[in-house]
Amino acid sequence: MYENRMQLRFGSISQNESFARTVAAAFAAQLNPTIEELTDIRTAVSEAVTNAIIHGYENNPNRAVELRCSICGDMLTIVVADEGKGIEDVMLAMQPFYTSVPSLERSGMGFAVMEAFMDDVRVESAPGQGTKVTMQKHIAVVGCDG
Amino acid sequence: MQVSVKKQGGTLYAALVGELDHHSAAPVRQKLDAALGGDINELVLDMRGVSFMDSSGIGVILGRYKLLRDRGGKLRVSAMSSYAERIFRMAGMLPLLAGSGTAGMGARRAADNKGGKKHV
Ligand SMILES: Nc1ncnc2c1ncn2[C@@H]1O[C@H](COP(=O)(O)OP(=O)(O)OP(=O)(O)O)[C@@H](O)[C@H]1O
Ligand SMILES: [Mg+2]
Repeated sequence: MYENRMQLRFGSISQNESFARTVAAAFAAQLNPTIEELTDIRTAVSEAVTNAIIHGYENNPNRAVELRCSICGDMLTIVVADEGKGIEDVMLAMQPFYTSVPSLERSGMGFAVMEAFMDDVRVESAPGQGTKVTMQKHIAVVGCDG
Repeated sequence: MQVSVKKQGGTLYAALVGELDHHSAAPVRQKLDAALGGDINELVLDMRGVSFMDSSGIGVILGRYKLLRDRGGKLRVSAMSSYAERIFRMAGMLPLLAGSGTAGMGARRAADNKGGKKHV
């Protein structure tokens, strides 16, 4: 079975949101995904990295976000981790439309987007312990009629 | 992200080109709000050039929607991709963006298949 992995640590500044999603999509490209699947991956990674920067690190530009991607067969696994302030109630945070900062024009749709665009999303977090978001997506092999 | 605006009567047309994410959200918001003078009651956002949008982009558009609504005006979105449409729908915003239109996006493979699966 084909396996591959990469990991990356980058500064917690908003410029790196597009950098991170581009890198994740480039890594996923070896599974020959559709344009739609690539957009799903890019969007989900963007949500998780943006959350790490604005919520985990509260816009402190001097911290680091970690992106780990791996492929096992046709399964893509992406981990986005920060060592920031953590989430007190993960169930609540993952509710669609829930946001802890409504004044900043946030829609509270980040986790809902990750869940819609990836097959599986798991969040491990505790106050003061940082947050680790693990997302998985199965990339179907192209069929003969495809 | 590039924002170019054109005023026509009470309508402001704004064409967005590039990626609408958290990084570009603040400058886009500033440019739109600076152009949204008190005499404007309709904002039309041309999304044709938007190559990427996530929930931070939704936040910017939702914010402008509320601003227009609070002054009795409205927001329309034109030429949104099927992807943007999907995110708008998730956020419950499609019914709010009355009279908005889409631009289709075909199901193409990201890489040409003629070389078979590429294992690096
Ligand atoms: N990495 C993180 N560290 C700390 N808190 C987080 C983290 N990620 C998410 N949260 C919390 O979970 C809430 C919900 O996240 P979600 O991405 O769904 O919405 P949002 O970021 O508030 O808004 P949007 O993503 O629509 O701009 C956040 O408001 C925040 O309180
Ligand atoms: Mg978010």
